[in-house]
Amino acid sequence: MARGHHDIGGLPGAGAIEAADHPLSDWEILADAINQALGARGVKRTDEMRRAREEMDSAAYRDMNYYERWVASMEAILIEKNILTKDEIDQKLAEFESKWGEP
Amino acid sequence: MSDDHGHDHPKHELSYYAKRIYAMRDLLIEKGVISEKDIQCQIEYQEARTPANGARLVAKAWVDPAFKARFIADPKAACQEIGIDATAINEFVVLENTPQVRHMVVCTLCSCYPRPILGRPPDWYKSFNYRQRSVSDPRGVMREFGLELPDEVEVRVHDSTADIRYIVMPMRPAGTEGWSEDDLAKLVTRDSMIGVMDALPSLPE
Amino acid sequence: MTPASGRFNPGDRVTVKFEDRPGHLRTPWYVRGKHGWIERVYGDFLNPELLAFGKDGLPKKTLYLVGFDYDEVFGTGQGPKDKVLVDIYDHWLEPLA
Repeated sequence: MARGHHDIGGLPGAGAIEAADHPLSDWEILADAINQALGARGVKRTDEMRRAREEMDSAAYRDMNYYERWVASMEAILIEKNILTKDEIDQKLAEFESKWGEP
Repeated sequence: MSDDHGHDHPKHELSYYAKRIYAMRDLLIEKGVISEKDIQCQIEYQEARTPANGARLVAKAWVDPAFKARFIADPKAACQEIGIDATAINEFVVLENTPQVRHMVVCTLCSCYPRPILGRPPDWYKSFNYRQRSVSDPRGVMREFGLELPDEVEVRVHDSTADIRYIVMPMRPAGTEGWSEDDLAKLVTRDSMIGVMDALPSLPE
Repeated sequence: MTPASGRFNPGDRVTVKFEDRPGHLRTPWYVRGKHGWIERVYGDFLNPELLAFGKDGLPKKTLYLVGFDYDEVFGTGQGPKDKVLVDIYDHWLEPLA
């Protein structure tokens, strides 16, 4: 074992703080709201989401942006709880793709 | 805010995970796990939370010593008193800055933040750089935000790892005697309530 | 806040256990093994190490605000009075004589 990829307080090598904020995209606002809604409905707990982010591949954790990590952790927990399957999500995405493919 | 966040459709140029959240939304609604209305309510709830809530609390505490005492002793009750809904916070703690002591808040493990009061945290608060450096180089971080502190001031960095949510009460700037609460609140920035800077010394242009 | 069931009182000197095990651990690495003191007792809370795995989080654990001198945690480099304060659960702490 070693310290987790999320447990970064005090690690050397961090650069300057970038104070600029980016306006949230629609998908980020949606991800935020779905996460809160699932919590409000008692479907999952914040601690489970954090654990899912800790269990991610470390390179993926570093490379994803903030709400990408949220989406990935929501997917992991919803699959773990047998609420969704990866196939269902993939299939839904394929439906979107076929709509986009229409002239 | 446009009202189509719930019902908009994914676009081709979205990233892998951005597309997936739209797929998950549709599936969760189809299965009745959550509703469209749940999502809309959460978006509206979050849009209604802004740093202006914290600024109102701080400005009132500056002008009203009895309120300040209640704000420190029981922050959730103080919120209720002026119509701010803090019920979503488990425990809420106010950290009072003084000429001798400055507080700064971070969550090194994730991004814990008093969202029910201040809204969503800024990007920099969630950044790896801040999470890494805030605990080991708080003075360097404050310097980047324009606050240079002498050695004799005590810096207290709070790493919020659990159910407690912290808000810093910055000091009231000198020369603001007699100001209205509304004007004082304009000096209380989001970043001053995270503690990386003091309140503004004068009204922003 | 609810009365706390934990072992420590404000002012008690404590050492943070150096544990390195699988699971969802809310005690940051940088304070493990470090000496500090109980600054404040927050009360009993559901245990996040269990909540993270879909369990009920019981029994509750007492949560403390634990203070550390900056120098104890990171060595010199900041102000002489600077402190780091971390919220830590009872089972991560040992009494320090």
